[in-house]
Amino acid sequence: MKPTNIADPEYFHKVVDCQYACPAHTPVPEYIRLIAAGKYTEAYMVNWESNVFPGVLGRTCDRPCEPACRRGRVDEEPVAICRLKRVAADNKGDVLQYMPKVPFKSNGKKIALIGAGPASLTVARDLAPLGYEIHLYDEWHKGGGMMRSQIPSFRLPEEVLDEEVNFVIDLGIHTHFNHFVSSMKEEILSKGYDAVFVGTGAPRGRDLELPGRKDAGSNVHIGVEFLANIAFEHKDKIGKKVIVLGGGNTAMDCCRTSRRLGGDDVKVIVRSPFKDMKASAWEIEDAQGEDIPIMNNMPPKEFVVENGTLKGMIFGKIKAEYDHLGKRNLIPTGEPDVFVKADDVIIAIGQDNAFPWIEKDLGIEFGKWNLPVLDRLTFQSTNPKVFFGGDAAFGPENIITAAAHGHQAAISIHLFLENKDIQKERPAPTTNLYRQKMGIHEWMYDSPVVNDDRYKVTHEEKSVTLKNRKVEVELGFTHLEGFKEAQRCLNCDVQTVFNTSRCIECDACVDICPTDCITFTINGDEEDLRTRLSAPSNDLTQDLFVSDLLPTSRIMVKDEDVCLHCGLCAERCPTAAWDMQKYLYSVTKAGQIL
Amino acid sequence: MTYLKPSFRHPALPKNKVGFTKVDYEGAISTLCAGCGHDSISGAIVQACFELSIEPHKIAKISGIGCSSKTPTYFLNNSHGFNSVHGRMPSITTGANMANRDLIYLGISGDGDTASIGMGQFVHAMRRNLNLVYIVMNNGCYGLTKGQDSATADFGSVSKAGKSPSPFPAIDLAGLAMEMGVTFAARSFSGDKQQLIPLIKAAMSHTGFAIIDCISPCVTFNNNQGSTKSYDFVRDHIEATSELDFVPERKEITVQYEEGRTINVTLHDGSFVHLRKLAPNWDPTNRRIAMDGLQQAKNKGEIITGLIYIDPDSKCLHEILDTVKTPLNSLKEADLCPGSEALEVINAGMR
Repeated sequence: MKPTNIADPEYFHKVVDCQYACPAHTPVPEYIRLIAAGKYTEAYMVNWESNVFPGVLGRTCDRPCEPACRRGRVDEEPVAICRLKRVAADNKGDVLQYMPKVPFKSNGKKIALIGAGPASLTVARDLAPLGYEIHLYDEWHKGGGMMRSQIPSFRLPEEVLDEEVNFVIDLGIHTHFNHFVSSMKEEILSKGYDAVFVGTGAPRGRDLELPGRKDAGSNVHIGVEFLANIAFEHKDKIGKKVIVLGGGNTAMDCCRTSRRLGGDDVKVIVRSPFKDMKASAWEIEDAQGEDIPIMNNMPPKEFVVENGTLKGMIFGKIKAEYDHLGKRNLIPTGEPDVFVKADDVIIAIGQDNAFPWIEKDLGIEFGKWNLPVLDRLTFQSTNPKVFFGGDAAFGPENIITAAAHGHQAAISIHLFLENKDIQKERPAPTTNLYRQKMGIHEWMYDSPVVNDDRYKVTHEEKSVTLKNRKVEVELGFTHLEGFKEAQRCLNCDVQTVFNTSRCIECDACVDICPTDCITFTINGDEEDLRTRLSAPSNDLTQDLFVSDLLPTSRIMVKDEDVCLHCGLCAERCPTAAWDMQKYLYSVTKAGQIL
Repeated sequence: MTYLKPSFRHPALPKNKVGFTKVDYEGAISTLCAGCGHDSISGAIVQACFELSIEPHKIAKISGIGCSSKTPTYFLNNSHGFNSVHGRMPSITTGANMANRDLIYLGISGDGDTASIGMGQFVHAMRRNLNLVYIVMNNGCYGLTKGQDSATADFGSVSKAGKSPSPFPAIDLAGLAMEMGVTFAARSFSGDKQQLIPLIKAAMSHTGFAIIDCISPCVTFNNNQGSTKSYDFVRDHIEATSELDFVPERKEITVQYEEGRTINVTLHDGSFVHLRKLAPNWDPTNRRIAMDGLQQAKNKGEIITGLIYIDPDSKCLHEILDTVKTPLNSLKEADLCPGSEALEVINAGMR
């Protein structure tokens, strides 16, 4: 193998598994250390710079970081990253002092943002300080988009959302709320905006055309509409017996909301096996905790309506079989169909994109699944002035992905309006390596690895939460719990940096490494080297760090897979060939935020 | 501050035949200087015992005094241990070995502990062919007292502490052992685990006294320019007699070597050492050739490593003395006391 080029910013970035997995590449270990130090405000700002909605995400994020967390590979469970983020948000002090301050010097350019969800708000946050006049359009009376309409307040209290939406709106954004844009041509393009960003999400919930659907009428609800109606208080009741169809997070929110609106016999019925459900494990767990059974392998067949009243639904029974390619087939078991009683049925089986308001003659092409044709890097549509992001870009994803899209679209818009090449002149990430050494056994980070299991977050009493949909279920970590959970972080951003010319090949690092990451051996290709390392090297997604040739004609190979970043290699190295250096990788935004 | 070793280990660590992972052979975190050769030797011992699938409680590790003799704390936490008096490891081990011949005895010593204060004990243990693996962690200096030359410091070698080169010739422990009629002699280097691990395995399978004179650089006091026991000097002057594999049981050897280039030496327990000779005419079962080879290497200024000599038919102290097969500590009163009738017979014979 060729020596690893650690000057390439992506090499060490990939070692910080959580940050690498995060769509917005939030520097997770950096803010976790700040939380451990009680610096909640600073931890919040690290988040705010990167993902704009720390308080919202600290409750509702899809957490791609957690399955990626290295701790999950050596311990039973990963660090509770999401809940730690909330600790920063809940305990922050005066954050306004660190945020960009209005008024900003105008640059004379105007931008329209359609939809006030996380993607548009991120674009607004990034571009407002650069002097753009930003016009934000939304059909509702407040910003937040799906964060407001789709996430029930028992998971995300309204005040938390309002505060973070307002941090952005207060940057001098011109809001056009209660304004449903029904024509791109007439309401937007005709007004001479220099650029347009579409962040309208995937607003159309799928319906289920089965026998009886039409007759069942108003007792059948579409999940996303149901949640929005509750959020905006157009609806506050539901029948006693409720069936929720679907296995995603929307289904989980619908069933739990139903429990709070009078549903005392709420069931989730999913056509596929439990393990294939799309909902996050913790949301499924919370739903089950509220006495909501989840019934699997039952495809819906028919709505049963008698005398104009919905009585229930009929379900078939299937089993899933997987072929050698892993493709799933749902095969009927031949068991008799099942009738399940219901007063109301909520259909939460997916969402689609819909752009009926964008005229066909505007040069904005649409492709598969009615999605706009976009450049994956720049988010520019086939009309160079128009950019898309969030769920509107590539279909339903999540909040953190929307924020990541927003940052990149903001860069594109800024470069575009400065007449620069939006592909080639995109700014590189900023990176830094800081030495962490303070003494022979002392580092600037907490190098000892604690053995604590993942801390559980306390929930409010069920008897309280089920009575009021606005009472938040999770109470969040206390200061002490937050500190202890933060200590579980392995500090993967404190990198093991190897200097070949200093190494005397004494093997001290090999001998001390608790997880056998380091090997000195003769070079070979990667496949061959992986068979000759100190410990099994089976995770091919994890890189090998390979040194230059050493005096004995060997190389140093470090398998990054289960390195604990404990610093013992560097402590036991007599020549400081190993050093622990903190690597801060930051995605460059359209302009400097902090 | 980290004197704590994390308790997490690689999740896919292999297990040996007795169901243990390498972790079960580890010890406490080392407090020796960072980069000390001794730590590598500890690592090699851990690996060798793991690979041999020895149950840790069947090993007794015994040491004297010195940096080297601290190391038993850093490996085989689950084995028996005795940190004895300076230079007295061989006599303590002799007693232990006589009392319980079923354990594997691993003696750890240093150049001071062996070549100075313990010299008398060392030579007599060899002379008696005590069943013991005797590892000398040889750094040519007294590291624990700030690096004065030891008796194994080579003539002309400069230590960090010494202003002038060593005026005395070194005691060559492997050469001395050969002179004493040792039945297993090897020399190795802490920085060459590939050689050291199979040597330790072979030594642990050998019946009788097995010495491994292991050069182990002192990073703090004897890793400087002018030292003959620095990492750089040893690497520049090292010459291996052979590459060796330790094969725990008879297996067909499929790799073909040029005729006369390989030697298999079968040990008492049926395991054998497979050697690929690097030096022509080397025969580790021939004492005269081995002694000549040592002398020639010395004349050329080479540090010869590898298995120097082995007598696979060696008889250990128990066999020489024809002691009882049962360990003394397991003998019951019935075994030891023949009873009053036997006494009557003896007494009658005296009348």
